[in-house]
Amino acid sequence: MNSAKATVPFKGTKEQEAQLLEIIAEKKDTQGALMPILQKAQEIYGYLPIEVQKIISDNTGIPMEKIYGVVTFYAQFSLYPKGEYTISVCLGTACYVKGSGDIYDKLQEKLGISGGECTADGKFSLEACRCIGACGLAPVLTVNEDVYGRLTVDDVDKIIEKYTA
Amino acid sequence: MKTLEELKAVRESMEGEVALRTHGNASSKYERHVLVCGGTGCTSSSSPKIIAKLNEEFAAKGLTDKVQIVKTGCFGLCERGPIMIVYPEGSFYSRVDVDEIPRIVDEHLIGGNPVKEFLYEETVDGDEIKSLDDTAFYKKQHRVALRNCGVINPECINEYIGRDGYKALGKVLTEMKPEDVIQTILDSGLRGRGGGGFPTGMKWKLARNIVPDADMKYVCCNADEGDPGAFMDRSVLEGDPHVVLEAMTIAGYAIGAKQGYIYVRAEYPIAVERLNIAIKQAREAGMLGKDIFGTGFDFDIDLRLGAGAFVCGEETALMTSIEGNRGEPRPRPPFPAEKGLFQKPTILNNVETYANIPQIILNGAEWFSAMGTEKSKGTKVFALGGKIKNTGLVEIPMGTTLREVIEEIGGGIPNGKKFKAAQTGGPSGGCIPTEHFDIPIDYDNLIGIGSMMGSGGLIVMDEDNCMVDIAKFFLEFTVDESCGKCTPCRIGTKRMHEILDKITKGKGTLEDIDKLEELCYHVKSNSLCGLGQTAPNPVLSTLRYFRDEYIAHVVDKKCPAGVCKDLLSFEIDPDKCFGCSMCAKQCPANAISVTDYTAPGKKKPAYAIDKDKCVKCGACIATCKFKAISKK
Repeated sequence: MNSAKATVPFKGTKEQEAQLLEIIAEKKDTQGALMPILQKAQEIYGYLPIEVQKIISDNTGIPMEKIYGVVTFYAQFSLYPKGEYTISVCLGTACYVKGSGDIYDKLQEKLGISGGECTADGKFSLEACRCIGACGLAPVLTVNEDVYGRLTVDDVDKIIEKYTA
Repeated sequence: MKTLEELKAVRESMEGEVALRTHGNASSKYERHVLVCGGTGCTSSSSPKIIAKLNEEFAAKGLTDKVQIVKTGCFGLCERGPIMIVYPEGSFYSRVDVDEIPRIVDEHLIGGNPVKEFLYEETVDGDEIKSLDDTAFYKKQHRVALRNCGVINPECINEYIGRDGYKALGKVLTEMKPEDVIQTILDSGLRGRGGGGFPTGMKWKLARNIVPDADMKYVCCNADEGDPGAFMDRSVLEGDPHVVLEAMTIAGYAIGAKQGYIYVRAEYPIAVERLNIAIKQAREAGMLGKDIFGTGFDFDIDLRLGAGAFVCGEETALMTSIEGNRGEPRPRPPFPAEKGLFQKPTILNNVETYANIPQIILNGAEWFSAMGTEKSKGTKVFALGGKIKNTGLVEIPMGTTLREVIEEIGGGIPNGKKFKAAQTGGPSGGCIPTEHFDIPIDYDNLIGIGSMMGSGGLIVMDEDNCMVDIAKFFLEFTVDESCGKCTPCRIGTKRMHEILDKITKGKGTLEDIDKLEELCYHVKSNSLCGLGQTAPNPVLSTLRYFRDEYIAHVVDKKCPAGVCKDLLSFEIDPDKCFGCSMCAKQCPANAISVTDYTAPGKKKPAYAIDKDKCVKCGACIATCKFKAISKK
């Protein structure tokens, strides 16, 4: 299976680095600053490659192994870039009981990728997410900011078409 | 606002406005208020478009000064979203479509006649329109923690003040000693609503007294609502964020802390936004910061976002995450009341627990302890989900039975299916079968039958759900979320999951069931934190009440509910088959071919499925117009 996971080179810009350094300067003296800094860094770059972790380490004095340990622990921090559209299927209990597992399988089949991966053209990445709290609409999936609820497996094709048009 | 008089003045100026929505003594400068739900569920169903359309219509028809549009938090009946309520009538418009707005504006807001066909059917009784409080969904509810959700605009501190907001804080800071506050909470009988059920007053007392001369103490709020299927806390944070801020400040006064942290999961962007707005407004109004109400008491609150780790809902993991580490729990003792966040005495309470505090202070401990059962006082918010008609949020007095929740409030099981089990407590809880339908819901009763209250997620399952599959589903979650620090959880849950997987694939043996049960007890008694200690609960409770399903999977190699794919066989009933061949054309495995049997009354020979080739995708069942294909 082709995925863009490990092959996209780091393309950080000077502006992004300046933004990151500003955040670090602002937060580094607060207690427990690493988490908020990583969260902002991911907002700036879209993901947290080694290069970004190094900038944070150099400017906060926090050792690389600690930063790497934190980045790999939390599901929201990503070492790899995401696709243009991130499809997140909720596999929380209420959605699962209403068939979101089948929807997730259909998406994997249709896009040719497994959860956590990105299509080779960089268009779609797929992940299973934890309950987003919209259980009244189960089963639910999101594509970036758009939420789709009360779904059936047959809706998958239509949703993908919307973003490939 | 520096004084109680100023607070009172704002309250009195807002009371009349807000009372229009609660059938109280209303005096509003508007003729009507239109409340539109701005919770996550309804927002995802485009409630912002409804607000935009209303604004457009109002501008065009001159209603902007006559009718107020209020974006509120969750009303609770999420199944019917997007929801819009018009006051003073209390007309409950459900599943609102943007295209319906012009008619509602013309006929109701201008003409004075609610549009019956767009209302929630349960409120329409012939020509009469019933009050929402008389509907099955709302009748037995008693909204204490959810008091303001769906009533006020959460982004407006003045509306919160108009509903007695910050009055409890004023009372505490000017009329009560910290010990009195703690005693009141103890007397009320409030127990932790996050699932543990630990007496809140006791927690605060310990934090105040164990290290009385600590140079720093912390008040934390656990808003990392990680249980899948639970959205009680989200609704409080989105609908009434100030109640949490006020309660934390009261807690700070009680234990002697000056700083609070709300740890909220990042998957709740609307809640994060509303909390940020609320904190900003509270600081501007002087409800947070230095010298609150001129009493010399300082308290401030900061937000910290989670990053997608379920285990960070565990108290020590949460604290270590705030400290900037991997969210791995710590052994206790020492307990957080002695050494918590940054090694200082800390209390951590759940959002819903905090949501009850101001009301207890204002109305007194006896008011609260008069509700509920002997050992579980007050109310509990439940998130009803799964196979139930009225999905959404309900708040009921402790002691309400499961039957009342499911059959009356929940409206029963849809599609004529039979109830099988209700899961409470999420991945840490257990399932409750029909034999316990009449159990009064409280902390101890639920533990007694092998489940637990949990944070309030209540997932309903019907005859089409396989309990072995459900147990496996929960284990999948727990294996994924285990932090990895302690061996029993890290390895034990994985082994349990493997056994369950084997069983659902038809490869299990009776010895596997025994091994599974033994593993459960080991993982339960030896794991470092609550995640591992409760991970076996779904397995143990399904084994207790649905052992026959496990046996069927293992001995008969069958899945009675028709869920576990590898145990299903797809069959065409030759007497129902019309021989149209559509199924054969759809089959991706070319497993369907024609036989030489033509049923009496049919013109073409029937088709049959070759079980060795069948991949059990279900495409044939979906295609067959004659319902001739079934899976068993």
